[in-house]
Amino acid sequence: MGYQPNWAIIPQNMNIIVQGLLITLQISALSLLISIPIGVLAGLGRISRNRFISGLAALYVEFIRGVPLLVLLIWIFFVMGRFLRLGSYWSAVIGLAVFSGAFIAEVVRAGIQSIPKGQMEAARSSGMTYNQAMRLVILPQAMRKVLPPLASQFIILLKDSSLVSTVSVVDLTLVGKNLVATTFRSLEIWTFIALLYFAVTFILSQAVRFLERKYHVVE
Amino acid sequence: MISIENVHKSFGDLLVLQDVTVKVPKSKVYGIIGPSGAGKSTLIRVINGLEPVDSGNVWVNGLSVHDPKTDVNKIRQNIGFVFQSFNLYPHLTAEDNVSIAPIHVKKMNKKEAKEKAKGLLADFGLGDKAQSYPNQLSGGQQQRVAIARALAMEPAVMLFDEPTSALDPEMIQEVLDAIRRLAYSGMTMVIVTHEMGFAREICDAVVFMDGAKIVEVAPPEEFFTNPTTARAKDFLSKVLHTS
Ligand SMILES: Nc1ncnc2c1ncn2[C@@H]1O[C@H](COP(=O)(O)OP(=O)(O)O)[C@@H](O)[C@H]1O
Ligand SMILES: [Mg+2]
Repeated sequence: MGYQPNWAIIPQNMNIIVQGLLITLQISALSLLISIPIGVLAGLGRISRNRFISGLAALYVEFIRGVPLLVLLIWIFFVMGRFLRLGSYWSAVIGLAVFSGAFIAEVVRAGIQSIPKGQMEAARSSGMTYNQAMRLVILPQAMRKVLPPLASQFIILLKDSSLVSTVSVVDLTLVGKNLVATTFRSLEIWTFIALLYFAVTFILSQAVRFLERKYHVVE
Repeated sequence: MISIENVHKSFGDLLVLQDVTVKVPKSKVYGIIGPSGAGKSTLIRVINGLEPVDSGNVWVNGLSVHDPKTDVNKIRQNIGFVFQSFNLYPHLTAEDNVSIAPIHVKKMNKKEAKEKAKGLLADFGLGDKAQSYPNQLSGGQQQRVAIARALAMEPAVMLFDEPTSALDPEMIQEVLDAIRRLAYSGMTMVIVTHEMGFAREICDAVVFMDGAKIVEVAPPEEFFTNPTTARAKDFLSKVLHTS
């Protein structure tokens, strides 16, 4: 006698699964939203002529790249979260945002550095300050180049967000764990959850392709 | 109007400007010519502070450009700069390229600035191109937009660094025409150029540079017919016989 799958378990628990999915989407979107300003600031900081600022930004980026996301999430939840009474949801959002911000910083830095130096020179020649030139001339061009990698970052974030289940955020992954614990139907549940992650990231990666074509910057 | 005084400048070990001194009076047009690598671009970029100097100073309209106490952004509003490679902002229309500095630097009213930009573009034969993006324009059109962009700040001085060197031959004339009109309007200008005929026609003086130094400054007729230095003779015999 082999294992008899019972797929009915999926529709029976659809409500709770959809809720988990929504939490996953929400947490990813929210942390992306927070990580964009962090990333832009850190990216600008990296290229700052002020040694202190560029050093600080480099430290942040290097530190985050050297620490596993899981450890970062646990640390924020147990250490920072305790002191600041953040709760698991906001600990997770902040952890993901800080993590993703470091990657966005590098994308933004590369985007800015890909803009020809004549652009900054033209802007400064017309009397703009460094900050005005950045805001009005360099960043608008850099952000167009950065948009597709930013969208890819969202996909990565969405997958990475499954780790928030370890700090007891009831995301799609934790919903899966909980359902398996009560129903013992791991095959059906994990198969469906994997497919669900795939479906969402697949749709998003198609959207990224579309963006890449649309925002293909003509030099 | 422009006074360059004892400017020295090196890039690492490479001496690029060696004790350069020259004055450009108001409403005069000075052409800088000389072989590639002579330091012409560096000199013109030193005038608006795009390149810092090692020693010496530049005065524009009585204001010191390389004094750390002066607000260089303020001085630059008075100095238009036109680049060899145009450097238009690719994400903005021609009109916005021209109006962006007046709006954000001079705090000019947006509508007014755009009207003015349209007028300037029309002056340079680009009345129908106000809404075009740079990549929709030919090289000659882009350079004319760049000239309009520089003029939009109503500068007292215009600087050109080889404004026609990146252009296809058939577009050179339209840009030279635009620069000629400016010269005759009484604008104070410094132009780095390889267009010898043009320099001879519109310049009040020719500054000949070679090996990081100003070798000769003379009225164009004198310079082109009877250069005093051997290096200028040598340079002229090369450029005048190849073109
Ligand atoms: N940013 C720079 N860094 C190092 N060397 C430079 C730089 N800009 C120019 N140079 C060098 O300085 C010399 C003079 O350059 P430039 O002023 O551009 O000459 P020109 O415009 O007369 O051809 C050249 O040898 C050039 O390679
Ligand atoms: Mg040059």
